Amino acid sequence: MTGTSELTMLQAVNEALHVEMARDERVVVLGEDVARNGGVFRATEGLFEKFGEDRVVDMPLAEGAIVGSAVGLAMAGLVPVAEIQFLGFSYQAMHQIAGQVARLRYRSRGRFEPAITIRSPFGGGVRTPELHSDSMEGQLANMAGLKLVAPATAADAKGLLAASIRDPDPVVFLEPLRGYRGIRGEVPDGDHVVPLGEARLAREGDDVVVIAWSYQVELACRVADALADDGLSVAVLDLRSLVPLDLAAIAGVVDRCGRAVVVEEAVQTGGFAGEVVATIVEECFWSLEAPVVRVSGYDVPYPVGQLEDAYVPDEARIAAAVRRVLEVA
Amino acid sequence: MARPTDDRLRTILVDMVAARTQAGRLWNLQRQGRIGTLAPIDGHEATFAAAAHALDPTEDWFLPQYREPLALQHFGPEVLEQYVLYNVGHPDGSRLPESVRVAPLQISLATQVPHAVGLAWGMRLRDEPGVVLVSFGDGSSSEGDVHEAMNLAGVLRAPVVFLCVNNQWAISTPLSLQTAAASLADRAVGYGIPGVTVDGNDAAAVFDAVDEARARARSGGGPTLVETTVYRLAAHTTADDPTRYVPPEDLEAARRDDPVERLAAHLQAAGLWNDEARATVEAEALDLLDRLVDRAEARTTTPDEVMDHCFVVDTQRMARQRQELLETAPAGGGPP
Repeated sequence: MTGTSELTMLQAVNEALHVEMARDERVVVLGEDVARNGGVFRATEGLFEKFGEDRVVDMPLAEGAIVGSAVGLAMAGLVPVAEIQFLGFSYQAMHQIAGQVARLRYRSRGRFEPAITIRSPFGGGVRTPELHSDSMEGQLANMAGLKLVAPATAADAKGLLAASIRDPDPVVFLEPLRGYRGIRGEVPDGDHVVPLGEARLAREGDDVVVIAWSYQVELACRVADALADDGLSVAVLDLRSLVPLDLAAIAGVVDRCGRAVVVEEAVQTGGFAGEVVATIVEECFWSLEAPVVRVSGYDVPYPVGQLEDAYVPDEARIAAAVRRVLEVA
Repeated sequence: MARPTDDRLRTILVDMVAARTQAGRLWNLQRQGRIGTLAPIDGHEATFAAAAHALDPTEDWFLPQYREPLALQHFGPEVLEQYVLYNVGHPDGSRLPESVRVAPLQISLATQVPHAVGLAWGMRLRDEPGVVLVSFGDGSSSEGDVHEAMNLAGVLRAPVVFLCVNNQWAISTPLSLQTAAASLADRAVGYGIPGVTVDGNDAAAVFDAVDEARARARSGGGPTLVETTVYRLAAHTTADDPTRYVPPEDLEAARRDDPVERLAAHLQAAGLWNDEARATVEAEALDLLDRLVDRAEARTTTPDEVMDHCFVVDTQRMARQRQELLETAPAGGGPP
């Protein structure tokens, strides 16, 4: 009988890596500073000591080679888990991610199994230097052949990472910087797998639903709890994975509430929230009682520290959007 | 180092002559609209065939760019068969059987180079004895992937042979505009690995160099950069007109050092080759190719194959797209 432990999201990620490396000797962890240093955030702490230098590898500073060699490792029948130190650095590997990882199975007509997981911290709120905070869900979701997973809780960070590593298809696994130590919760010990493609209703509610993923779920839940004091019943749907997208879960909750707000941190134009809104329009048009509203970053590059709070969607903006959607008669 | 025997060289020459002959037929088929754009092999036969013969197809891998397949008979008849299927536009042309250690053609230049390092590293982790040879051109050598991959391979001492086929041209861009370096092989110094330049029109020299690099890799000595110098004797692809930029006198000089004629002359002098042997090889090569083209043209697709092999299982959305596609798409596709 296994119990649970209270972990931060970061500890949950680390635990998933330990469990998966122990259960499958094909799993190889590679990235910058992942071995001897245990990762710049300590996400890979203890792996090098436990599993050795063959399976936990400090790579030269070259994102293209990290992802490109992961493709080769997969061709050899291994299960690479590559870390890109910050998602914004993946621009330097995009030719391998979009052009190779995403289409290895398709190009080879199923001969090669791209059982590749690319983990990367992303998102703002921690005053990083430039390019350390970019959100790129829209770009990544548009690369056919990639799955895209973005947990919002510690338990899901562990369970979804385990599912991603075990998945035969390539997964980009997004870990919110603010959530690493800012989100904690009870996490099942030992084996814990959360299937990809199943959204989670983080808050029950009937008046309006806030749809989000990753750290924005945390913000949405705070808003829902605060507005409950005003007698508003706000549901929160945590998408968990953007590809595959849980169409039924979105339709179910929007049909019930009739009003929806979609939150993301990324640039608005071309962002994944637009995809969610399009899905709502296709699936739920006749249930809608108000236009769907997006809360997102603005159409500018992610700013430096002093301007960060002006850019990142916060509870006030989400709450304002919820009230605006509810005001439509 | 093992200099190839003349018998081995004769096998290599047979592959080279077949490749040259089939390249000519494929060019004509493209002009007839029966196959799509392709890159002729003319001038690269000795490099590709001899490099392939220096490898063990049961243990070693050959990761090509896109010009190589006609000369890879050593890795099995399926390579040519699938290359023809690829050129008529059938998706299965990119799939080789598990037993054939050749990757699909790579259109994105040099992206296969880090794949080779990962594959070689993975094989070592799995205690497999083979090496990975990865082929790319002088133009590709300017790509960041080549730098990143060679650097990584040096650090990992991965069992890789980097075969840089310097044919002097990247479509219309000459080597002098590609690099200021005197030699592409010199770059190996910067990665802490051995580098060597050999005459790519000399099948024996290429075999030697790859054989030595392979032995080094297998014995734990790490990667080697082998630059072979050749001259692109035909257009870059069927879509290219090299008369716009290749100096005729350069081309004429290169033709006098044609790798096929050079090896044929050597073996003819050794009494192992003659016009009759050549005619037989050419006839068999054309007969085989024509049969493969006929067979490939008879293959069809169903529209929803467009959805296959993206994910193991369609997402909910893809399943809907597949259904919609089946309801609206025209019936099966054939060759162009």
